[in-house]
Amino acid sequence: MGWIGETMDSIKSLQIRQVLTQAVSLGMIVTSALIIWKALMCITGSESPVVVVLSGSMEPGFKRGDILFLHMSKDPIRAGEIVVFNVDGREIPIVHRVIKVHERQDTGEVDVLTKGDNNYGDDRLLYAHGQLWLQRHHIMGRAVGFLPYVGWVTIIMTEKPIIKYILIGALGLLVITSKD
Amino acid sequence: MHSFGYRANALLTFAVTILALMCAMASFSDNLNHPSPSSSVQVLNVNWFQKQPNGNDEVSLTLNISADLQSLFTWNTKQVFVFLAAEYETSKNSLNQISLWDGIIASKEHAKFWTHTSNKYRFIDQGSNLRGKEFNLTLHWHVMPKTGKMFADKLVMSGYRLPKEYR
Repeated sequence: MGWIGETMDSIKSLQIRQVLTQAVSLGMIVTSALIIWKALMCITGSESPVVVVLSGSMEPGFKRGDILFLHMSKDPIRAGEIVVFNVDGREIPIVHRVIKVHERQDTGEVDVLTKGDNNYGDDRLLYAHGQLWLQRHHIMGRAVGFLPYVGWVTIIMTEKPIIKYILIGALGLLVITSKD
Repeated sequence: MHSFGYRANALLTFAVTILALMCAMASFSDNLNHPSPSSSVQVLNVNWFQKQPNGNDEVSLTLNISADLQSLFTWNTKQVFVFLAAEYETSKNSLNQISLWDGIIASKEHAKFWTHTSNKYRFIDQGSNLRGKEFNLTLHWHVMPKTGKMFADKLVMSGYRLPKEYR
């Protein structure tokens, strides 16, 4: 009987250790993802260094599901740059091209007008009611790099949450059941 | 150790790494291209020139734009966005950039073009400073890659002086 009890104890202790290691490795994955994201935020100076294109307003340059890398520097904004901006009263940021710039002589403030390459008219219809120009504080960053298709992962996950839950469940199951 | 899951994981990781490496190399290869684009623009006519009721000057121009941007295209180029901007300084603004015309060039075959057009976007000043104002015409281009870093550059061309009176 003592021999069986010993084995049971060893199995129990082994499982606790295993569970702990798995928990730690899961925590490592989550925290390293967070570290990478925050480091990108520091390097690029933009609060969201990577954005997914959601609309077709910049086609054929950027299609839905493409990924853009943003950079926010002190450099002044110039015509032709592709900027990501937030309009007051709208939650989703917009990625469009700057077509007009007016920079003040005394204060250095800028008035900016944007337009989507694939849209017929400029963006004044998208801005808040009565707003004619974007100012510096509306702009979250300018696009510097481009990666096609990768953003579809997030689009599918936000539009079909069931897939997200299945994926998370499967991954969790994998982590729990994996032996080594 | 040699379960299906491990093999699938290893294969997927390897495939994604190779793909990322190829994307990075394709983007890097754009640096080896040294383009030498050329362009010329003429203002053929001032169609009309007036002061809006709110006090801002507006002018309508007829332009003749020709450019050869073929050297901008590499194997990693998806398209080139090209636009012509009027740039000038006023007492109020240290820089005014107004896009007058733009176009998307999808392939190298279409990169040598010639067009005769009036300004696509309205040329409106912030204020009433356009009479007798000299502005620069600048051709900007924005190279959008199939993957990787985007490039932009410009070519400053001859200026044009607007007439002294509204017409």
